[in-house]
Formats: sequence, C-alpha cells, structure tokens
Amino acid sequence: MVGPDFSERLANLLSADGGRLAEAWVERVSTSLRNRMSTVELDRELRELYDALVEALRRGAGGVHDENFSEVRALLTEISRNRARQGFTPGETAVSVFALKEVLEPGLTSGSSADIGAYLRLSRLLDEFGLFTMEAYSQTREEIISAQAEQLLELSTPVVKIWDGVIAVPLVGTLDSARTQVVMEKLLQALVDTGSEQAIIDITGVPAVDTQVAQHLLKTIVAARLMGAECTVSGIRPQIAQTIVALGIEFGDIVTKASLADALRHALGRTGASVVAKAGERR
Amino acid sequence: MTGTLVPEGGTTRQPIERNDDVVRVRHLVRALALQCRLSLVDQTKLVTAASELARNTLVYGGGGSVSAGLVTRGGRTGVAASFEDSGPGIPDIDLALTDGWTSGGGLGLGLSGARRLVDEFHLETEVGRGTTVSVVKWAR
Repeated sequence: MVGPDFSERLANLLSADGGRLAEAWVERVSTSLRNRMSTVELDRELRELYDALVEALRRGAGGVHDENFSEVRALLTEISRNRARQGFTPGETAVSVFALKEVLEPGLTSGSSADIGAYLRLSRLLDEFGLFTMEAYSQTREEIISAQAEQLLELSTPVVKIWDGVIAVPLVGTLDSARTQVVMEKLLQALVDTGSEQAIIDITGVPAVDTQVAQHLLKTIVAARLMGAECTVSGIRPQIAQTIVALGIEFGDIVTKASLADALRHALGRTGASVVAKAGERR
Repeated sequence: MTGTLVPEGGTTRQPIERNDDVVRVRHLVRALALQCRLSLVDQTKLVTAASELARNTLVYGGGGSVSAGLVTRGGRTGVAASFEDSGPGIPDIDLALTDGWTSGGGLGLGLSGARRLVDEFHLETEVGRGTTVSVVKWAR
C-alpha cells in the first residue's frame, strides 16, 4: 500500500509537470484507441481523472478501495461504462489507465531513488486501477446483455390480430422454456382480449424443431383448446417436416399448414368467412 | 457400425453446462454442416439430433461437453459429434431407445429420434460412470 510519505511524493511528482504529463497521456491513449474517440472528449475525461488522482494522493490515499479514492473510482467506472457502450474492447479500456505509467517513465532517468520507489508504488496502484476498470467494464457488458435478452423475450413474441376472430403468433428464433411461457401467456390473453376462436402459430422463423420445441408447442395448443380456441401451426418447411417425421413426433389432429396464407384461409373457413374472387374479375 | 471415428482437421470442444449451451451446440454443428456441404434437409436433421443429444447431456447427464469436427472415409466427408457426460449412465439401453419412453418429463423421442436422424449412432454407457453418444452424418 502507498504510505502517506509516498503519497505526498507521488502527488508532487505528478503535479510538478502536470499539464505536460496529462497532455502526453491523452495523446498516448488517443493513439491506442486509433482516434475512434474525439480528442476533446478524451482530454476532458483524462484530465478530470488526472486531477482526481493527484488530489486523492495529496490527501494521502492508500489502496484502491481507500475512502480518498472514491472519486477516482467513480470516474473510472463512468469511463469503463462509456467504453463498454461504445463497443471498445476491455483491453482498450484498461490501456487508458496503463498508459499513464509509460508517460511517467521518461522522467525517471533524472529522478532520485525515492522517486523511483514512488513510481513503483504508483505503478502497482495503476495496475489495480486497471483491473478495476476491467471489472467495471465486464459488469456493464453483463448488464447490457441481460437487458438485451429481456428485450428479445418481449420483442420476439408479438401476437397480432389478422382477421376478425383470428390471431397469429409469428415465432422467430429459439424456443426455450422461458420464451414458450411468454408466448403461451400472450396467446391465451390475446384470445380473451380479441374474442378470437382461431389462433395461428407460425414457425417459419424457428430454425429447428426438436422434441422440446414440439412439446412446448403441443402444450400451448392444448391450453388454447381448453379455452375453446382452435390452433393451426403454419410455416412447416420441407426440411422441418422430414425432421419431425424422422424424430417420430405426432401432431395428432392438430391442423398444420405449409404457409401462413394457407393457415389463414383455413382459419377463415372455420369462422364461416370465405375468400371469393369477384365475379368477372380474374385473380 | 465401426467404432468411433476420430475427426481430422481438429475438433471443437464446447461445454454443455447451461440451457444457452444447447443453442451454442446447434450453432457449432450447423456451421460444420455448412462447411461439409450437407443438404438443407440433412443440415436440419443433424442440427436437430445435436439439439436432442445436447439436451440429454444437460438434463439427464447433469452437464458435460461436446466435441465436433469433420470426418472423411472412403472419399466421403461427414460431420461427427460426440456428446460426453459423467452422469448416472443408462441402466437399460434398449428401454432408453424405445419410442415414447422417458425417465424425465419429455416426449421420450429424443434419443431414439436422434438415432433416426443421423447415419451412424454409437452409444457407450456405464451406470454410475457416464454416457458418451457419438454420431456421424455423411454428405450425399
């Protein structure tokens, strides 16, 4: 840990030529990020961090989790979050911290042994701050990923009314237990809300139908039947049909159709409506 | 059926520890199937079989791993995948391969269905030790 004496020395070391050092730091980081960030923004970020670091050292901060470093940590967290959102790699994020070490190195040749000792302490401190940014970065990434997963769950399961008494659920992507639950709930609720008696589940966007997907589908259909609605499964492509046959899955008396159009025609027929071409007009 | 084929040109190994991993296995196998130029029907069959076996590894084997790669024999190329777990094993293989029989809550078609979806199917199991299922799908 950095003792009070070293902190003082470090603060002096950093503030003696502060303006030039900070400038060199900004330049180095800017190069490592290959100018994907505006220099003005980077300059503001790093100078703020630099000042906070000097200030904390002057107040005699010890380890990374020292009370006096709270502002530095807050700034680093913010920088890491921004980097994660802007799509920088974790390495590019941590380099912002490590680059300060390189900037300080040239000044050491003329420094006293005490300065070198102080530099080594600072170096260790910066390593810890580097790790801190990595943690903040990955935490932000995880937050982004789980938020996206949640959004996907919502996005990918719209229930649409396509005719009076007919609703459709176009399924896209992988059907796991969590998503099937959402689909089932939405479908059953939509049946009540719209007063529909026909539901079409379109699986054109489902890449593979395995036994779990089939089981989830069957359960949803049985639940809809209990509510007095009839379900049609559409979008069964040739390769899916052959796979289902080979797997040995029985769809029983559930109506299945190749396309959504066929399913709609079937559903309309069941509701008593029919599609008729106008007399004298060719389709 | 000959013994387990050793894929040439390297295998990719992936863990099967969570539900998401089943999706990753499907992606891996689909990528290999494309590389091997399997027809669309065969791609779908293989990916579905991989999905079943990966889920078995996860649900009944308590997690494990998959190794997959391309294989050649007699001028033909194919995709081989091996699913390994160190779970409880299968006490009665014939029963496990019977359509409609399940020890869990599934449809009971996963293992038997997967066998019908691939060209070669090899099952090794020992009670208390674990189960390894190796499959190959050849390009036509």
